[in-house]
Amino acid sequence: MASGFTLTPRSVFAVLLLVGLGLVPLISGALAQPFYVTLFTRILVFALAALGLNLILGYGALVSFGHAMYMGIGAYAVGILAHHGVTNGWAQLGAAMVVGAAVALAVGLICLRTTREGGGMAFIMITLAFAQMMFFLAVSLRAYGGDDGLPISVRSDFGLFSLQDPNTLYYLSYALLLAVLLGMRRLIDARFGMVLRGCKSNERRMAALGFPTLRYKLAAYVISALVCVLAGMLLANLTRFVSPSYMAWTVSGELIVMIVLGGLGTLIGPVAGATALLLLEEVLSSLKFGLPWLDKLINQHWLGLIGLFIVFVVLVMKRGVYGGLPAGPPTAKGRPK
Amino acid sequence: MTTGLFLTQLLNGVQLGVLLFLLASGLTLVFGIMNFVNLTHGSLYMMGAYFAAAGYNAFDSSFLAAALVAIPGTMLLGFVVERLALATLYTRDHLDQVLATFGLILFFNEVVRAIWGPASVYMNVPQALSGTVSLFGLPYPAYRFAIITVGLLVGLALYLVIHRTRVGMLIRAGASNPQMVSALGVDIKGLNSLVFALGAGLAGLAGLMAGPIVSVQSGMGEPILILTLVVIVTGGIGSIRGAFYGALIVGIVDTIGRAFLPMLLREFLERSVAQAMGPAIASMLIYLLMAAVLALRPQGLFPVRHG
Amino acid sequence: MSTPLLQVQGLVKRFGGLLATDNLSLSLMPGEIHAVIGPNGAGKTTLINQLGGEITPDAGRIVFDGHDITAARPHQRALAGIGRSYQISSVFHDFTVLQNVALGVQAHAGSSFRFWRKAAAEPALTGPARQALQLVGLADRENTPVAELAHGERRQLEIAMTLATQPRLLLLDEPMAGMGQAESESVVALLSRLKGRYTVLLVEHDMDAVFALADRITVLVYGRPIATGTPAQIRADAAVREAYLGEQDSAL
Repeated sequence: MASGFTLTPRSVFAVLLLVGLGLVPLISGALAQPFYVTLFTRILVFALAALGLNLILGYGALVSFGHAMYMGIGAYAVGILAHHGVTNGWAQLGAAMVVGAAVALAVGLICLRTTREGGGMAFIMITLAFAQMMFFLAVSLRAYGGDDGLPISVRSDFGLFSLQDPNTLYYLSYALLLAVLLGMRRLIDARFGMVLRGCKSNERRMAALGFPTLRYKLAAYVISALVCVLAGMLLANLTRFVSPSYMAWTVSGELIVMIVLGGLGTLIGPVAGATALLLLEEVLSSLKFGLPWLDKLINQHWLGLIGLFIVFVVLVMKRGVYGGLPAGPPTAKGRPK
Repeated sequence: MTTGLFLTQLLNGVQLGVLLFLLASGLTLVFGIMNFVNLTHGSLYMMGAYFAAAGYNAFDSSFLAAALVAIPGTMLLGFVVERLALATLYTRDHLDQVLATFGLILFFNEVVRAIWGPASVYMNVPQALSGTVSLFGLPYPAYRFAIITVGLLVGLALYLVIHRTRVGMLIRAGASNPQMVSALGVDIKGLNSLVFALGAGLAGLAGLMAGPIVSVQSGMGEPILILTLVVIVTGGIGSIRGAFYGALIVGIVDTIGRAFLPMLLREFLERSVAQAMGPAIASMLIYLLMAAVLALRPQGLFPVRHG
Repeated sequence: MSTPLLQVQGLVKRFGGLLATDNLSLSLMPGEIHAVIGPNGAGKTTLINQLGGEITPDAGRIVFDGHDITAARPHQRALAGIGRSYQISSVFHDFTVLQNVALGVQAHAGSSFRFWRKAAAEPALTGPARQALQLVGLADRENTPVAELAHGERRQLEIAMTLATQPRLLLLDEPMAGMGQAESESVVALLSRLKGRYTVLLVEHDMDAVFALADRITVLVYGRPIATGTPAQIRADAAVREAYLGEQDSAL
């Protein structure tokens, strides 16, 4: 992220956001409010997942309404293995990645073939259907808690450090977020990223130029899925719990909201959007105006208000929180950080 | 496994299929003609059920009152939602449509929870249909049989409208080539509103009929919506025929699968394994079916031919 | 050298009740510029779409360099050496001119499963891209976003992208569509520079260009070839004159 750094509203915002996120444990310690670390770890987890989805949604124009199922796979890998006494983080990581990749290849292949005719509508519906299938599968796994979920007694053990300390988990998540950000930044300007963006822009021409577009879209889909798997593993470690609700279709929807809220087609957008949405949800559920009826309405039905907010964002705030910031002087290729 | 049991489950499958068809037919037209991903269809179904229950309980357990409240009520609600929030999205891309309708789902789910509370609301099967009828020599709940009958009649009526009337011809043309229809000077906005209202009415009807036999509660629309999406994708987007056959296939496979697959697995596999795998596979069955259809025919079973 | 590079045999395509391609046979010799002309609705673009692989013919065969490619998908044909340009410019609006052409180069420059190195910093991509831009005369516009290009420049970009894929056969669908006099002349100059190096199937309405460039011409009417021959032969053909009566008075 060092080369070509220019001072623009967007880059300043990005730096402030990332630095701010890095300082959370210190601030939380100073204020003696450990809750903030929990809240912001959750934000980091979803920012990571949203980053993953952003690869195919923001840069590939593939609207997947089922990416939460990959978070579920990551979470269940931790949960199920821990349940059987395997608490080695590396083993859990390996299992999660293998299962995640296998599912993503199968689901991706079926879903992406429907995009051949050019319509993206079927893709949205089918990804949603598959996520629902995984949800029902998890519910039916009564040996692992089914609908009630599965508690995880011990956090993943990576040998090098202990995740028992909330701050360690926080910084692990933070480090992964930065690593994925860097990886994505390089990827989208590399050959692979150019193919993906070309497919978003004009897939017909990409094929006519000689690109077998399906395999690149599939690879992108698998990569984005694996990032979500990673996020799911972190989530299970954070909550020490896994349940089918992690794969609810509403979670997939919220990931999309985070990306659009932050700014579609940008790299920091998903991080900004995840932060904004989760903070908003937190604020709404505990907001007190002093008017009992209003407080009750907001605290109990904040999800409905979020719903209206989403409609508002789509109809009015089209470019998002971060995306709406000026990108500075127009560059040759207008894709800023 | 007796033939009687199998037949009962088969009929239950048809009944589920018929409900799915009511939802799928309206929705597939919205997808096909207006190129609009409308996820609020499940919410309209839910509102239909709630309106029906409200009418039923307000008017001294009258099913007729329930029907009179539910169907026009849902159509009106659909009309209002379309004009206020959705009409601006017709020209936007699918992502915006998905997001906005998703937001509306969250909103509607909270509204019903705020008005009627989180617990299920009840309405009973109408008195006249509370008994059983004799089908192929076995007793079958009269109400469920009524649902099948109504659904098939609606299907027939839809077929006649779509294939024998001028409006229907415009709808079919719109599904095949919306730009051309618009270019020919047909009031495409009016056609869109008509299709949307028709879909809303069908959703309301489905909600009304499902009211007595399902749990009427917040969030009931989404599982049905996703099933409906499976039907539409399997049958072919924009195709009423696809919606009909797709709905019946999905309804029957899902019902029969859930009823008999665990039992079937126990014949072949060790008890504990069958116990664990049975319900799991049964719940995944229709999605696997959808995957199989898409693997062989990505456009669905009865795709609309685009001009 | 006398085997055709492209052989089309008995191609048929129906759209519902409309017969767009009616038992069309055609062959292209290596290095020739073969123009396909005809009144509107003759099925010229449909022909190119079938040759490019975007439309599947109902009957007939397409043989390229001795291989039957009738069932090959568009990207396979591109990799085999067929490049096509579009009548309505089909470019990448989010990219610059150079990035557009570089994508064409990238398709034929090894694996695109590279995730770290910036594509814009790869000489293997930018070098040939700049050469293609030089050839069409857009070299000084390489960093311009496509959205800012004039129509004529966009048509030039269109050709540059196709050339970047290093094809052996060029399928050009009205490359001069919508161009002014000067711009058309530069494209004609470009195409004559390409003569011999590439085999070209040129669909065009601009008769001056066609008669200046073509080694052979095929005339298409309602999806059927009614005459094939040298420009002189076509000019003298009675059936061709009849087909064009009322279309373009003094074209021939």
